[in-house]
Amino acid sequence: MREWRAYSFASAAILCAAIVAAGVVRNEYFFFAAYVVLQFIVLATAWNILGGYAGYVNFGSGAFFAVGAYTSVALFKAFAAPLPVLLVAAALVTGALGFAVGVLTLRLRGIFFSIATVAIAVICETVVMNWSFVGGSRGMAVLPPLPVAFASYNRLLFVVMTALALAAVASARYIQTSRIGRGLQAIRDSELAAEAVGVPTLKLKLAAASVSGALMGVAGAPFALYMSFIEPTSAFSLNYAVSALAMPIIGGTASWVGPVIGALLLGTTQQIVTVTISSELNVLVIGVLLVTFVVVAPHGILGLIRSRFVARGAR
Amino acid sequence: MPLDLLLEAILGGVLLGCFYAAVSIGLSVAFGLLDVPHIAHPAFVILGAYGAYVLAQNGLDPLLAGALLTPLFFLGGLAVYRFYHAVFERRGTDAGLRGLAFFFGVAFIFEVALILIFGVDQRMVEAAYIGKSVAFGEVRVPLRMLVAVAVAVLLTVVLTLYLSKTFIGRAIKAVAQDETALALMGADPVRVKQWAFGIATATCALAGALMIIVGPVEPGLGRLYIGRTFCVTVLAGLGSMPGTLVAGVILGVAESVVLTSLGSSWAPAVAFGILLLVLGVRPAGLFGR
Repeated sequence: MREWRAYSFASAAILCAAIVAAGVVRNEYFFFAAYVVLQFIVLATAWNILGGYAGYVNFGSGAFFAVGAYTSVALFKAFAAPLPVLLVAAALVTGALGFAVGVLTLRLRGIFFSIATVAIAVICETVVMNWSFVGGSRGMAVLPPLPVAFASYNRLLFVVMTALALAAVASARYIQTSRIGRGLQAIRDSELAAEAVGVPTLKLKLAAASVSGALMGVAGAPFALYMSFIEPTSAFSLNYAVSALAMPIIGGTASWVGPVIGALLLGTTQQIVTVTISSELNVLVIGVLLVTFVVVAPHGILGLIRSRFVARGAR
Repeated sequence: MPLDLLLEAILGGVLLGCFYAAVSIGLSVAFGLLDVPHIAHPAFVILGAYGAYVLAQNGLDPLLAGALLTPLFFLGGLAVYRFYHAVFERRGTDAGLRGLAFFFGVAFIFEVALILIFGVDQRMVEAAYIGKSVAFGEVRVPLRMLVAVAVAVLLTVVLTLYLSKTFIGRAIKAVAQDETALALMGADPVRVKQWAFGIATATCALAGALMIIVGPVEPGLGRLYIGRTFCVTVLAGLGSMPGTLVAGVILGVAESVVLTSLGSSWAPAVAFGILLLVLGVRPAGLFGR
């Protein structure tokens, strides 16, 4: 309980800091870059709920992100719906998609599950490409509404994304420390054994997949408003799928802190490399780091820290 | 759809399907027989395609270029498997998740590296048999597709014979069935698997050459082929070489019919649709063990 209180205080402090920053910081680019990093915190945390805790590797994070983005674009274009409605709608739609993915885990494990998520991504992309209402393959411009309370709309989105990141991390933290998390870990270690000792595997997997999907969709919901434009190739970009998986693996999948560390580290590096060198190279950096960590430090940065700790303790 | 159009679509699909089989047959060995989660297989094929492209720029026939690249790819395959085994298979636990992430990362690195070197533009090659076509009565068939068919059939026949007639081939089949039993017979399963993975990778060089003969190639193409190759491999039944040819043809025909009836933008979803269907209904595939 006490830990939770500390956590809530920290969250409130971070949110307040973000609001103050949105009012004080002059440089508009700061918000543009920070938004992306925060968005990756949500994505990485969401991926980790199913991938890290339960061991089901999702290669289709980009699709959840894009489906969230397109859900909100469609609603925005049709009814000029306000941002909170867009967020909730995106969460519902991608949550349902996540539930469907959860049903797949009934029959598919390991690589088959992962390929099925690639399949879902490509099918979603094909559907969006052929959906002319939201611009089809050519994309369409989305004019964000006038900002409320802040100097620019991106500042508002920055604060919203901060809140979303805090909420995502809180959900991951709750799941990890509760019975659900322990159940998911049992599934990851041995699904058969978990089933045998009475862990409700299907129920847990469905819950994890739905929450994971909904969070990814929420991360994508403001995307079109942030870019003022949306088109399928960038929304479904492989970059999101790779980052969502690379960040938790690099940070460490065992705890909710891992994806946050990974996203902060990689997200910031990406922003710096994109600005100073080139955007292709930044993508290459993620790939190389992912492979290196998988090979050299299988438990990520958290694992490295922990092993040093343990080594000292043993001495 | 009028009947003659449908027939033409089916014929085109059969030819295309043979090409898909050639692209997938390496995966049938690597994933079907060896259980390596080789998501990077299509990336190796694209690498082969670019290799053939570079050699063809220097005046070599693309198919010959592909054949010349096979020993190089074979050695590369040996190295990749040795590395994969040392890092993931030997450590045991959690190898699935990390092995997948590893190959996913490798595929991604290949794609970005190719973009950095060659750019995102489509590349193609020229040869005497590209651009010409042969007439069979009413229907005209592009010669380059016939080249693809010939190579696909050749690959299937050679691999089927190799796996059933030669000593090492049988050892590869044995390692797929029961590794421990093979070890008890005095053979080293790791070396057998390494050899098989080398062969699987070597086919990527030929398949890549075919790919750039059949049509223009760009670095991002690999993602589309993840669906196609795994669809063919799973539909075939893991590890069945003749099954791969049959499954390739089924996918080719389905894609071609969808292409002519619904339009080209729906074609990419076909492979994944079939894959999901097979995984849901009959995971053992057509010729499953």
